[in-house]
Formats: sequence, structure tokens, C-alpha cells
Amino acid sequence: MTATVTAGPRATTEAWRGFAGTRWRDRIDVRDFIQANYTPYEGDAGFLTGPTERTRAVWGKVSALFPEERRRGVLDVDTATPSTITSHAPGYIDPDRELIVGLQTDAPLKRAIMPNGGLRMVENGLKAYGYEPDPFVTKVFGGYRKTHNDGVFDAYTPEMRAARKAGIITGLPDAYGRGRIIGDYRRVALYGTDRLVEAKRAERALLDAQPSGPDIIRDREELAEQIRALGELARMAATYGCDVTRPATNAHEAVQWLYLGFLAAVKEQNGAAMSLGRTSTFLDVYLQRDLDEGTIGETRAQELIDDFVIKLRIVRFLRTPEYDALFSGDPTWVTESIGGVGDDGRPLVTRSSFRFLQTLYNLGPAPEPNLTVLWSPRLPEGFKRFCTQVSIDTSAIQYESDELMRPRTGDDTAIACCVSAMAVGKQMQFFGARVNLAKALLYAINGGRDEMTGEQIAPAAPALTRDHLDYEQLRAAYDHMLDWLAATYVDTLNVIHYMHDKYAYERIEMALHDHPVHRFMACGIAGLSVATDSLSAVRYARVKVVRDATGLAVDYEIEGDYPAYGNNDDRADAIAADLVGSFMAKVRKHPAYRNAEHTQSVLTITSNVVYGKHTGNTPDGRRAGRPFAPGANPMNGRDRHGVAASALSVAKLPYEDARDGISLTTTITPEGLGHDPAERAGHLAGILDAYMASGGFHMNVNVLDRKTLEDAMEHPENYPELTVRVSGYAVNFVRLTREQQLDVISRTFHGSL
Amino acid sequence: MNTTVEPVTGRVHSWDLSTGVDGPGTRFVLFLSGCPLRCLYCANPDTWHLRDGRPTTVDEVMAEIEKYRPFITTAGGGVTLTGGEALLQPAFTAGILRRCKELGLHTALDTSGFLGARATDALLTDTDLVLLDIKSFDIRTYRRLTGGDLAPTLTFATRLDRLGVTVWIRYVLVPGWTDDPAAVDGLGAFLAGLGNVDRVEVLPFHKLGAHKYDALGIPFPLRDTPAPDPELTERVREQFREHGMRAL
Repeated sequence: MTATVTAGPRATTEAWRGFAGTRWRDRIDVRDFIQANYTPYEGDAGFLTGPTERTRAVWGKVSALFPEERRRGVLDVDTATPSTITSHAPGYIDPDRELIVGLQTDAPLKRAIMPNGGLRMVENGLKAYGYEPDPFVTKVFGGYRKTHNDGVFDAYTPEMRAARKAGIITGLPDAYGRGRIIGDYRRVALYGTDRLVEAKRAERALLDAQPSGPDIIRDREELAEQIRALGELARMAATYGCDVTRPATNAHEAVQWLYLGFLAAVKEQNGAAMSLGRTSTFLDVYLQRDLDEGTIGETRAQELIDDFVIKLRIVRFLRTPEYDALFSGDPTWVTESIGGVGDDGRPLVTRSSFRFLQTLYNLGPAPEPNLTVLWSPRLPEGFKRFCTQVSIDTSAIQYESDELMRPRTGDDTAIACCVSAMAVGKQMQFFGARVNLAKALLYAINGGRDEMTGEQIAPAAPALTRDHLDYEQLRAAYDHMLDWLAATYVDTLNVIHYMHDKYAYERIEMALHDHPVHRFMACGIAGLSVATDSLSAVRYARVKVVRDATGLAVDYEIEGDYPAYGNNDDRADAIAADLVGSFMAKVRKHPAYRNAEHTQSVLTITSNVVYGKHTGNTPDGRRAGRPFAPGANPMNGRDRHGVAASALSVAKLPYEDARDGISLTTTITPEGLGHDPAERAGHLAGILDAYMASGGFHMNVNVLDRKTLEDAMEHPENYPELTVRVSGYAVNFVRLTREQQLDVISRTFHGSL
Repeated sequence: MNTTVEPVTGRVHSWDLSTGVDGPGTRFVLFLSGCPLRCLYCANPDTWHLRDGRPTTVDEVMAEIEKYRPFITTAGGGVTLTGGEALLQPAFTAGILRRCKELGLHTALDTSGFLGARATDALLTDTDLVLLDIKSFDIRTYRRLTGGDLAPTLTFATRLDRLGVTVWIRYVLVPGWTDDPAAVDGLGAFLAGLGNVDRVEVLPFHKLGAHKYDALGIPFPLRDTPAPDPELTERVREQFREHGMRAL
């Protein structure tokens, strides 16, 4: 619940002039404010403006630093100052020209250290880029101040360590910030921090009335930290000359206040995904008011968004090269959710929805912020066409089904990371990475021994010993193995999130949530298509097992053909849907930390390459070490009937059992969408309508040709900004490893070749 | 009275879904086996022989199409029959087109027109769009390029105009073979005389089917022929535009 608080009359008279609605005035309720005040826009992109000289100058100044950053890995690091909201002096790109100010440190692209997550991660990150760890920092975080990473390893069991080391449970946020928590940064602009503190005090007062059990004590301490963090935010803002204790009075301040809230979060947390939320239509209310009052014009409105986006593009964290290899590049997942439809049927599309997408033209294509369109067949045609046109021109948009999310998380849902839906300010999640379902299948065959090392990882069970795999026998063994995996997995996540709350709590992000908050335990699965095709091969063809001298199954020979996932063939697709549903059911059996609601994702960023590397030969014919398909994608090359067939297979996966998202990446050549730009934009909109109407959840759209990618591999210097969407995310192609580049290229091109 | 039983079984090579390249929107594209022509640039030599196709009933084809009906309807598309040469199996083709029309689906027939005489008026009534591949407008070049005669295709084009069936012309541009300005102009003038041509698609020759020749153990005659450069492609499109065509 949100406690009622009174508005400070002096500050709000000016700030809230002309705004309609009542409920949001009495309590913290940004959604109500948006619904009462936004102006839907049903037109086309004709009103948009290009970059001004000022915008070009600011972007040019920071862009000039990118080549050096790319060459060295990081441009600069402050090795001596553990980052907090207030740790660094103000920094600027171009103080005379910047409209929106604020950097994570005192200089652009200079990274900070955040040892609360784990000291080793910081030290390894520094050493990898040629920096010496600061002795005082090492002393403090090695001797006096325990980190999240230390806490987790104190509480891990030998079984958890073994499962983690073998890579059957993988990518766990046990040495770095978990991320995927979206602060409602809009609250800073609408209410100012004084009012937010007041609301937090009211929440706290209710806790003070309850007996001091462990949960209440923890909540009280957390609320105290939240209130402290809001104070720090105000102090940090003051160093930039901004008084965020009061509400924003115009669009410029609204963008600035909102950004400072977000900046506080990225100064304090090196989360795997630091997503922004759903800000464009909120900001549009302010921009529209200023436009109506005649204090700004369209050019300035676009400049404010452009400048904001410049800031979002240069969020940086110090990470290790191994981390970057896992996530392909240096992602921050500053995800901004755009569009969608309200509960009352009005599209939540405003002119500012267009303005955000326009930044991809004004500043050129880029992977950050991760622009995510909440798609519905009911979106206005003008907006649909603009989205698909931008997709075709930049490949830098992902799409998610507003129709699937709205009934579950409401019409103020935002995406964290790639596909994780949450009601902004009301729900958070414990990011749980994922388990490797393909490897688990091999464990089932080998009685819990790892196929790469021969080590016993899962509890010993009878290995399958026949010459050919028997489907029923394999299903039974797999089911048993997945029971163990689900139990160990949830148990491991409980340890991680207990310690993260304890040692690296997200103070400012949680200060921008209601208390109490709804929590999700966001589990995940990788290797779905490999496991599905393996089971399909065993069921519909014959699969002979090749064993080594120790009896370990190390290879498989397929006799005959089998239906592969990705061809809209129910025989294979039903296996995939069943795997998703049954693993979710197993996960739900194990209580989650803080009574979180279990969810799972079918999502793997580009880590499908790394997972594949650590998984042996599989019964579907995939060779050891070869990449998995990303996310919920069919295996590369096995989807033989084009993008629609492949998409319809993925659309059969039950969203109810994968509420943390189901990711599909498609790569289409421009020619594969039609002959001219208008026709292509229309066709792509049609595909998105049809996919979402068929129950599809998410689609990345890459519109590229093979030649471009091959040329970019040979001449990366010519393609510094070439963006490729991979599962749930856009990356700079030239920053991928050669192996990942080849993987992207060999992926099915759904062109009419 | 027709006493013959309609054959419901045809020979099918494969099916696919494509967007914007085989008619409007996202379409279910059925490749039928068998073709009377042997175009030197053919990208699908694996569809030449009727006997290589899988025997498939109209019902089976319709069951597959049904799985995509909501998708292609929402996306704005339809069904395209191609090959091979779909008119080599006119009764099978007619059966599928009829059933598609009964479902309200947009239908397209991709054909060289060489066997146009085999298409009944009823078949063409069930066809919303004909993708007519005119390989060359020079009689000798046409024969050298395809092994067949040009005349049936032109007769078919005229008939489609009389019947009021909308046509998209497809013209594969092969350097040294179909880029002769005079031949392109001749075709443009011919098309300008028809009233049913909605667009001309100039398709740059590509060699992406070369590996199929290797797999089949037959020589690919145009292996050393280059793809046309963009300037040439644009020149040919411009020639069609000069005849009032919408050329893409």
C-alpha cells in the first residue's frame, strides 16, 4: 500500500499548474498522473525534427572518445573511490552546451568501482585493463567491509558450488550486482524528494507499530536506507545546481530530475541490467504543457530528449573481460519501454514516444538505451509504421506484446533488461540467471555425471545403458534430473538474494518503489531448442549412444529424420511447451526468499555461445562446444520454412509459465521484407501484428544483409555503430568476439535467398 | 458433362513462408515439382523433375495452409503457388486455388506462362494475382535461355489482360543475357499495351542456387556470370518506367 501524505502547497502550485486528476496528488501514483494528463498522438512522424548544431556538438564531443575507449577496453577508471550517490564531484561533457547534466564520475566514460558486489570482480576488472587496485580499497573491502560475493560463498553448499562450476546453473549474480530493478525515476520529477521522503516515513511508521521480528527489522532498516538514499540524491543533484527536493516545474526540469534519479542508481549499483522504466509518455505531459504554454518549441523538445538519451548512452561500469564475453560487449540494459495501450483502450503513444525513437536518427543507431516498443495490433498505424521504419533502418528496436503483459502487470508495465515485465514502482525481481536444460538432459543420460569432465555433479542415479535411447526411459530420467535441478537452483538463488539484500541493497532504486513491494524470483532456462530437438530425435528417429571407456555417453548417432522445433510442427513444439511448463511447475515447488513469486524466462542474450561451449555433444546432432540458439529461438538452420513458421513455434510456448519473458530473435534482409521502404515498413508491421495476435511475446528484429556483416568483420573501423539485435538486446557488432560474429552471420537469414 | 475424376494428388517440392517477394505481404509459398523449361540461371534445379516431388493431396496442402491462415490473414498476405511450373499440374493447382478462395485467402500464381494454355478460365478466376515471369523479349534469346518459345507467354499475358487478372511482371536481369536495351524496350512497349500490369519487378540475377547444382552433380551454366551491378539494374528499371510501368 501507499500511505497518504499531504502536498506542500507552495512548491506544488507552480509545479502542478494545469494538471488534471486528484488521486495522484494525495498519494504517490505516477500511473494515475499519466492517465489523467497525457495527450495520445495518433498521427505520423511528420512533426519530428533533426539534430540541432548544439546536439551535434555535444554528441560529437563524447563520440570522439569512443575509438580510444574501444581500443583500450575502458577509457579511464577512478580506482580509489568506491562509488556512492555522492562520491564524485560533478562531471560534464560540454558544460556550455549540455541541457541535461550529470555523469557517474567527474568525467565522461570514466568508470567507477563498486566493490559492494564483490572485491574480486573489481580487482580483476582493473587488472584486465592495466590498472592497479587501490591498496586502501583492498584493505577496506578485504578486511573491514564484507561484500555480497563473500556472503554468498560463505553460505553456498558444496552441491551449489559444483553445479555452478559445471555450468549447469550459470550466470548467477553472485559476484556482481543483480540488477533488473527499475526505480520509478518519474517520481523524482513529479513529487520531488521531500515529498517522497515524507511518504517513506509514513510507510515506516506503520512498520514501527509492529513487533520486531526478523522480517520487520529488515524492512525498517531498508526503509531507513531508502530515506537516507533520497537525501543523498538531493545532495548529489545540488552539486549540479538542481533542487530536486521540490517537484519539477517544467519539461527541462522534469527530464533533468528524472535523469538524476536514474543517475543516483547507476552511481550506486553495477547491476547486470539498469533499466529506465517507462518514461516517454510521462515526460510528454511536461513537454506538451511547455509547448502549449509557448515556452518551448518542437526543436527544443527534441533536444531535451536527445540530450537525455546521450546521457543514457554513456552509462559505464567496470567489468571483467569474461563478463563482457558472457554478455557480448559491455551492456547496461538501460531499457526504456515505449507505447502500449491503456486499460481504457487509449494508446499510450504520445509525440514523445516518437521523439525517443527519433534519437536513433538524430544521434545514429546505438544499442543503448535499449528501446523497447510495447506492441499491440491496436497501436495507431502512424506509430506502427514509424517503429518498423526505424527498425529497418537501424535494427535497434525490440518488440514485446502489450496484450500479454497488460492483463497481468497492468498498463504501467516496464521491461527490465530484455523481456522482464514489472509494474513500475510496485514490483521488483530477484534476477536468477538460468539453468542449462540441454546439459541437464545429458546428466539424465549419464546418471548425474558431467559429460565434459566425467565428474559426478548431480546425485548419482542409474545411467541409461541401452545402445539406443528409449524415449520413455529418457523422459523419466530427465524428469528426475530436473527435480533435482529445480530444487538446487531455487536454493542457490535464495542464498544469493539474501546476501545481496544484506550487503549490496539497492537503496535508491527501492526508495522509488512502494512498500511493501511485490517480488518475483526470476528463474530462467537456456538450451530449450537443443533439449527439445534431442527429445524429438529420440522419439521420432533412433538415437544410438556412443560411450567412452568409462561408460560415459559422449556422442550420439541419429538414424532417420526427426521434426525439429521451429517449423510450426506440433510434434516438436509440444515438447518445447511441455518442458517450459514442467520446469516451471518444479521451480514453484520450492519456496523462494521473501515469498517472491516464481517466474522464469526463456532468454539467453548472447551467452548462448558460452553455454554451448560448455556443453558436450547432444542427441539432436549438435556438436560439443557449438553455440545454442539464443533465447527461445529454434536451432540455427533447423527452421526451414521462414520466419513466420519459426515464430509460430515460439508463440506456442506458454507465457503463463514464462512470465519473465520468451525471447525470439529474427534476422531479416531488407529484400526479405519487400521492394521499397514503405512496403517493407508495412510488411514488418503486419508480421508483428500477426505474431502478437498468435500469442508471441517478444521479437528482436535485425534487418541486415550478410555482406554488411562480413565486411564489418574485416573492417570493424568502418562500422563503429553497426548494431545487431541478439536475444533481447542490441549490441555493437564490432565489439563481439569473432566467434560470436560468425554465429550471428550463420544464423538463418530469413531473406528470400 | 465432365466425367473425369479430378485428381487431388500433386507432386510437391516444398513450402515456405516469405514476405514481400512472392506477391503482397507475408505468404505461404508452395513449390510444385516439374518444369518444362530449363532456364540457364534457374535457382531451383531441384524442382525440375515432376517425379522428384512428394505426392501430396490438396487436403494435405490445405491442412498445412490452415496452420498459417490466422497469421497470413493478420499480416496481410496470402498463398502463392510456384515451382517448378505450377501449370504443369493444372488440376492440382486449380484445386488448391479454389479451396483458398473458399477460405477468403488472397491467391497468387507464379508462372512462366509457357503452359498458360493449360490454365482454365475457372482457375484464373480463382487467381487474384499472376506473377508472370517473362524471361526475355527476344525470341532467340528466350529459346537459348530457357529452351522454350516466347509466344505462349505473350499469348497468356494478353489473355490475362482480357480476363482482367492483375499481373506483376518479373524480369530476371542477367548481364549479357537480358540486359540488351532494345529487348527491354520491346518488352516495355508490349506491357504498356496491356491494362492489367500493376508492376514490373526487375530481379537481379544471383548465384545462391549454385550449391544445388553441385549437389545434383550437374553443371551450372552461369557460374561465371556476374550479378548485375546496381547501376545496370537501375537502368533497366528506368527503361520500364519510361513506358509508364511501376518498376521495382
